[in-house]
Amino acid sequence: MDLEKFKVHGEPLIYGAMVSIALATIGILVGLTYFKKWGYLWREWLTTVDHKKIGVMYILAALLMLFRGGVDAMMMRLQTAAPEMKFLDAQHYNEVFTTHGLIMILFMAMPFIIGLMNVIIPLQIGARDVAFPRLNAVSFWLFFFGAMLLNISFVIGGSPDAGWSAYFPLASLEFSPTVGNNYYSLALQISGIGTLITGVNFIVTILKMRAPGMTLMKMPMFTWSVLITNIIIVFAFPVLTVALALMMFDRLFGSQFFTMANGGMDMLWANLFWVWGHPEVYIVILPAFGIYSEIIATFSKKNLYGYTSMVFSMVIISLLSFLVWAHHFYTMGQGVMVNSFFSITTMAIAVPTGVKIFNWLFTLRKGRITFTTPMLYTLAFIPIFTIGGVTGVMLAMASADYQYHNTMFLVAHFHYVLIPGAVFAVIAGFHYWFPKVFGFRLNERLGKHAFWWIIISFNVTFFPLFFLGLMGMTRRMYTYSEETGFGPLNMLSFAGAVGLAIGFVLLVYNIYWSTRYMPRDTTSDPWDGRTLEWATPSPIPAYNFAVVPKVKSLDPFWEAKQKKVSLFEDKITKIHLPNNTGKPFILGVIFFFLGFFLVFSMWVPAIVAGVGVIVMLAAMSFDQDHGFYVSAEEVIATEKKLRGETV
Amino acid sequence: MIKQLFPIRHVMGYLASLVLSAAALIVIYGDLSHAANVVVLTVTAIIQASLQLFVFMHIGESADTKKELYINIAYALFVGLITLFGTLFIFVWGWYA
Repeated sequence: MDLEKFKVHGEPLIYGAMVSIALATIGILVGLTYFKKWGYLWREWLTTVDHKKIGVMYILAALLMLFRGGVDAMMMRLQTAAPEMKFLDAQHYNEVFTTHGLIMILFMAMPFIIGLMNVIIPLQIGARDVAFPRLNAVSFWLFFFGAMLLNISFVIGGSPDAGWSAYFPLASLEFSPTVGNNYYSLALQISGIGTLITGVNFIVTILKMRAPGMTLMKMPMFTWSVLITNIIIVFAFPVLTVALALMMFDRLFGSQFFTMANGGMDMLWANLFWVWGHPEVYIVILPAFGIYSEIIATFSKKNLYGYTSMVFSMVIISLLSFLVWAHHFYTMGQGVMVNSFFSITTMAIAVPTGVKIFNWLFTLRKGRITFTTPMLYTLAFIPIFTIGGVTGVMLAMASADYQYHNTMFLVAHFHYVLIPGAVFAVIAGFHYWFPKVFGFRLNERLGKHAFWWIIISFNVTFFPLFFLGLMGMTRRMYTYSEETGFGPLNMLSFAGAVGLAIGFVLLVYNIYWSTRYMPRDTTSDPWDGRTLEWATPSPIPAYNFAVVPKVKSLDPFWEAKQKKVSLFEDKITKIHLPNNTGKPFILGVIFFFLGFFLVFSMWVPAIVAGVGVIVMLAAMSFDQDHGFYVSAEEVIATEKKLRGETV
Repeated sequence: MIKQLFPIRHVMGYLASLVLSAAALIVIYGDLSHAANVVVLTVTAIIQASLQLFVFMHIGESADTKKELYINIAYALFVGLITLFGTLFIFVWGWYA
């Protein structure tokens, strides 16, 4: 076998990455063995089907990927900080911006949101787990090993380098002969299947497992947003699945779907990619809207203004999100009629989004607002996201877009939408729900320090990019000459990036500090919450609710606290729970190897791994495991320990 | 008893979908006119789709979720047709030439 193709040459940075990956792996293995944690890891985490633990693993993986993607971002900002920088070469720069985009969207924003979904949704609807707990574990491990597959590309064989959108013909075998884009098609495929399964799982969970009395229009707004998001996932992801499969055929088996010869059509890739890609934007933004709605209602001590219009605006956004994809390639060559159509649908999205912004503002109006860390992120989101939205309308005008297309103006726009829209939301949600999961709050002082670093540095980093774009700086160029005059603003942007890095380090330091020193929360309701998740003890017992709550209104927990009545009327009985299983983890590992062998066209091992996948699927289909029961006495004992009283 | 245990419906559905897939290959290996090819593809595709829906996706099995079912099908048709006709709109009818 030819070992040459595994190697990545030349860059001291890559050798550094190899060494650090190897050291980290050895460190983890030695640590696990030394502290005798292998059994604990396997029993409590790798085989778990508990939605809360799966959610925590999603969030941990997302934080890890946030730092990987963040380092990519720092490298890009450093390389462009001054004219003619020699920090990265062109090829390396291409790889870095490609993986930055892929990781931040697919392996940071998505899993962070899916993690919060996992932890919170069953609690918010008063359920004991998701509808298919084992399938949930399958989703997680497919996502995780898909992400790992993409990450090793950096040191084995080379990363994808044709941009996160991998436009053909550049991404074809002819113009990108390295294995980088094979990694792209396979890693995304594997984690995409996981996401698709999550979509099905959560639609069923929300439609079928709500507590008695919780009609659709009494669901918390986060649950609504997640329901709509998952519907979009189920309808949008198959398009990506097909497009990636065709890409794989093109690159591995010599088919001609997206090439420019033999009847292939390169532009069809861009078309299919954005048919998925635009709804994908709403897949990460809508749950964020849900998180903000919860936080604003809680910290204004009011119910959400315009609940019905909130729901309808999300439904309309979900429909419109499938009608706008061509605005990503106005300049590709279609006629005026097409561009006008997509221009109008794109601008139409601003209407339901505007409705939501006003609803949040009216919820704040005359509320008793407390400025906690999650609330600060939410309040910062509204103006910053509006800047992103308004520049989006500028880009939506097809004729004007011929000026902005592929410039830094676009880069500034989508960072102004995605960072407040998705990243601030998950950080806010993380601070907000942290005490629910771990039983203590994050430190507010440190949290606010991190907040101000992040908010100010964000604007310092990305606002200059609007002007750079208008000055004519295109995106994805790895260097520029001094005469262009791009230097000073890029240096300013780099300074902002350093500030952002400090903010995120503070955020992580806060987790460490709070774990050691924060007083444990004994109330299980530290924020005076409104929805059902705060009615469980913290940390949450495996069965979530000892007794299934009866819901009579929107914000049932708030209502119960006001009227001093209990949500739990029934007696405690035995509770049915699913058993842990190692099969999803093993399936993930096999998928990882299948992907890896396919990337390098190693057919025999790939076929073996493929058979392994089928065997595992069959084994899981014929599993005769009916779970176990927790006896009523045991539930009563646990509740006593957690609450100090029986319910 | 044995009849209930063996999923005859699903096995027949599986075989039928294999036959339909093979039948569609006539378009490549046969020597039919363009119009006939389109007819073959359309007919096999429609039968294939309904086979999947009825045999494997249990459409029409439970009566109490009819409303959700129709909403779902409407949404699927919406997304599918938009993608299809949108692509034709971009690349064929509305192409700048």
